[in-house]
Parts: sequence; structure tokens; C-alpha cells
Amino acid sequence: MSNVPAELKYTKSHEWVRREADGSVTVGITEHAQELLGDMVFVELPEVGRQLAAEEDCAVVESVKAASDVYAPIAGEVTEANSALEDSPEIVNQNPYGDGWLFRMQPADAAEIDGLLDAAGYAAVVAEEAH
Amino acid sequence: MPFIPHTEDDVKAMLAAIGADSIEALFDEIPAELRARGLENVPAGMTEMAIGRLMQQRAAQDGQPLCFIGAGAYEHHIPALVWEIATRGEFYTAYTPYQAEASQGTLQLIYEFQSMIAGLTGMDVANASLYDGASALAEAVLMAVRANRKSKSKRILMPATVHPDYRKVVHTIVHNQGIELVELPYCTEGGNILPESLARFEGEDFAALVIPQPNFFGVLEEVDALTDWAHANGMLAIGLVNPTALALLSPPGEWGGKGADIACGDGQPLGSPLASGGPYFGFMGCKQEHVRQMPGRIVGRTVDLDGKRGFTLTLQAREQHIRRAKATSNICSNQGLMAAAATIYMASVGAGGLERVAAASHANTRALIERLTAIDGVELVFNRPVFHEAVLRITPPVGEVLRALAVQDILGGYDLGKDYPELGNALLVCATETRSADDIECYAQNLERIISRRSDKPVCTKLKPQDPAKHGF
Repeated sequence: MSNVPAELKYTKSHEWVRREADGSVTVGITEHAQELLGDMVFVELPEVGRQLAAEEDCAVVESVKAASDVYAPIAGEVTEANSALEDSPEIVNQNPYGDGWLFRMQPADAAEIDGLLDAAGYAAVVAEEAH
Repeated sequence: MPFIPHTEDDVKAMLAAIGADSIEALFDEIPAELRARGLENVPAGMTEMAIGRLMQQRAAQDGQPLCFIGAGAYEHHIPALVWEIATRGEFYTAYTPYQAEASQGTLQLIYEFQSMIAGLTGMDVANASLYDGASALAEAVLMAVRANRKSKSKRILMPATVHPDYRKVVHTIVHNQGIELVELPYCTEGGNILPESLARFEGEDFAALVIPQPNFFGVLEEVDALTDWAHANGMLAIGLVNPTALALLSPPGEWGGKGADIACGDGQPLGSPLASGGPYFGFMGCKQEHVRQMPGRIVGRTVDLDGKRGFTLTLQAREQHIRRAKATSNICSNQGLMAAAATIYMASVGAGGLERVAAASHANTRALIERLTAIDGVELVFNRPVFHEAVLRITPPVGEVLRALAVQDILGGYDLGKDYPELGNALLVCATETRSADDIECYAQNLERIISRRSDKPVCTKLKPQDPAKHGF
């Protein structure tokens, strides 16, 4: 079973969400997702300032095996993209919950975050997929 | 010849397994009025000998005309070795080489093709080819809309100096995706897009500007100014180029301050014979930053576990067998055979040879313009420099003149009346390196005779055939 930090929120489509002190949220893909995809070769990130609807596809992670869309966990505006991934996409494999974050956004409605999965809920999704 | 491998017993066994009486019974649910009632107009089969003779008769009807038509497809000399090698069994299959361990030769050839196209266009990368120039331009437009992250627009600036058929094909392919082509009018004196005329679009959101070089009139566009203007206004620059011309002209990768972002065109001049419109092939290259938005196959060079050089398809995550509906394009295959011929053509003539082909085509076209405009009733329409085509205006209707020339086995040019009625009796002519001084003289004397007969003026006598026997006068 891969690592599912208790302090984060999750989606069924394998994104994680972390609330920041300034009210923004950071988004990445889970350790389980990067394990499934394998070695990353390219990450395409959303433009800063882009308005995202919840579940809108907004980024692409491309590995040696596949290219996979990343979806906005909640609605909001993109405030920052992790430009370090342009030259070093492998950071997503090495540290998916830390330096391997994908983008930050300002939620349109912070209450939407509460509706996401908690660690136990996401672990159940992963366990379900394994069957 | 039995193309279907099943025996009658196989068919019976399969029908029995699904409980059907006959193959015909499988189509029962299709209403009778929707069924085709046989192919009544298809004649009975013929023997190989008879069909061979029929085809030779049909081919002979085409004759061996002297061709002065360009308009997108050009008669160039193709060294004999090009098709001798291209039709070897190893190359004579176009199937995509997924299986790298069994396809190193094909993959290496495609890699070399890509390298040559990248070199010719000045782009960082090129793909393994597309279907033809028109669809390559459509793919470039789709690609620009995806790749231009500064623009939210799905509008493209499309000069009226782009080949009319290309514009129609692009429209057909892109309009159902909500992409709008905004036509740019040309300067009536120069036959080109005036960079200063674009000022009225400043501040508007467009994804890309298409820049043809040379344009459909053969005229050279001010590519540096157009490219810089596109970039200054948040657009990508798409260069639509003739590959032969690139041996003399600056490549799209060097246009303006930053170079064009995408280059595409038709590869026919590189080793494909004129053959009733095809098969030809399209080519496309781009800047490295846009490679993940490029359609088509890309072959890459790598090393195997032992450090030995090898070739394989790469960046496949763009393609539909991996990316499904989100693929950059539904174009996955390429025009393998024509691209192979182009690679062999470029390798055999070399950079210097291609330059001589381009220079001779340019010189012959200039000689043609000079000779034809010396005739009363023929004038050059545009005053800008041309590559190997030019627009001429003649006094009588173009259609009549072309028909009269065709009787003399001369294809005198492309009638612009349908696509550019505002130009009057306008004719697009071309002389590649395959046209000799005698060919040009033959055309000129016939044209003069035809025009003078149709004009009210007395017959001009200043031009006499130099060698009447040779030209059949």
C-alpha cells in the first residue's frame, strides 16, 4: 500500500489537495498515481490565471508508459505552476507530495475542499481498484 | 484469386455455430430497398493481356505534353536511382514500424527524412510526413490552436495568397472544431500580403498567421516582417513552404527575429512524379517547444542496452493508440513510400544539387516571363520578385488560349479566373529546370500565334520560328 498522508484531501482521479495558510490550495498527483504511470518524461501545466471548473482537465503528466490528464479537484483560479517540473519531471516520481506538486489555485469556494475524499476514503478507492 | 481464406466447410461450420442458414441470411434485417442491387455498371473481368493493352491506350491519350503548369505540383527531374531504390521490397511497404527490433532500416530512413526536412526548414524537429500539403496546413492550424497558450482564440489569419485548394481543405478539416479562418487580401500591385495592412488586426486575438513562401502567385512574401508581426501580436507563425525553394530562400526557422513556429508544405517536388494529383506527401516541422503538440509519427535515435545506436518511434503519447480521443491528431500513418523517395532524392541530388534545381527553375521562369511578356497582349501582373511561377494577363479569355495550346501539346498554365476573377484573364505559369530554352520558345511562338489570331490587330510578324521543323510549324 502506497503512502497516503492523513493531512491531505484526495480525488477519485488520484489528485491530492493541500490547504495552504494563505487560503490557496496546492495540487499534485498521489504516490499511487505516479507508481501506476512509471517514470515521468514530461509534465504540461496550466497557465497562471486560468479559471478552472471542478473536474476540468488542466494538466497532463506523461510517462514512458502513458500520458494522463490531471483534473482540477475544485473550481478556482490557477495562481502558480511548478516550473521546476519543466526540466525535471522525475521530481513527480521522487517526491509526489512535496517538490513534485503540480500547481496552486485560489479556490472559488473553499467549502468545496471539504467535499473531497479524506485519506481513508482515498485509500479505499485505491484498495477497490486493486481488486 | 481466393482472397478469403475460409473454405466452404469453414463457412458452414461458422454458420451452424450461430444458427444461420446462409451468409445472405445475416443481412435479413437490412430493408430490401436499402440493399445495393449488384454493381450493374461494372463490366465483366478482363485478362491481364487485355487490361494491359487498355491501360497503355489510356496512358497514350495523355500524350507527352510540354508542361508549364505549377500551381502546387511541379515537374522536376527525378534521378533514375530514386525509384529504383524506393521500389525495393525493403521500402515498398508503408506499414508503420511499431516493432523497432524488426524495422531498423525503415526507422533509420524515416529518421534521415526527418533530419533532412528539419535541416531544410530550419526547424528543431520534423515528423515522419503527412498526407499532402493541404492537409499538412490543416494540421498546422489545429496544432497552432492547441500550442498557442497565450491565445484563447480559435481564429487564424489566412492570406488569400495561399493555394485556393489548400484553403478549402483547411476549412473542411477545421471548421467543425469551431476554428475560423479570417482571409487576408493581397496587394494588387505586388501580389503579396503587405505587412502594414495587418495593423488593423492589432489588439485582436488570433492563434496564428499563415505565411506562404513563395505564395500561390509564385511571389515572395515579406516573411521576416510578417513573422515578427505575428509574434509581436501573440500569434504563432506558420510557414507554408515549397521545399525546392528552401534551397535558395531563408528557411522558416530563420524568419524574423525568432523564426516561424511551425513549417509545413507539400513534398511532391522532392521525387514524386506528377501523377493525376498523387500520391504526394506533406511534411511538417516545428520548434522543440511545440513538439508535443505536433501530429504524426516521430522517429527518434537512441542507444540500446549495449550502447549501440538504434531507432524507434518516440513521443508516442501524442498519438491516438495511447492518447485516444485526446491525441494531437487522428493522423498516425505517414506517406512512407513517397517520403522514402524524397529521402533518396535529397540524398542523391544533395544540398548543392537541390540548390541548382532551384536556381535553374528560377532562371527558366524569369526567361519564360521575359519571352512571353515580349508578346503583344501579354503582361506581367505583379511587380514583386517570384521563385518559379508568375501571373500573366493575356488579352483573350484564358480558357480558349489554354485549349488552343493543348491542341499543340502544350499545357500553358493554370487559369486563375475561377479563384481570382478580379485579376481578369490571368494565367499562372511555371518553368522548372526541366524546361529548355527550346521549350520556352515553342510555347512563346504558339502563344503569340494564338493571341494574334484572336485579336483585332494585324498579325504581329516580329517573331518568326527559329527552327520551324523542330517545333512542328
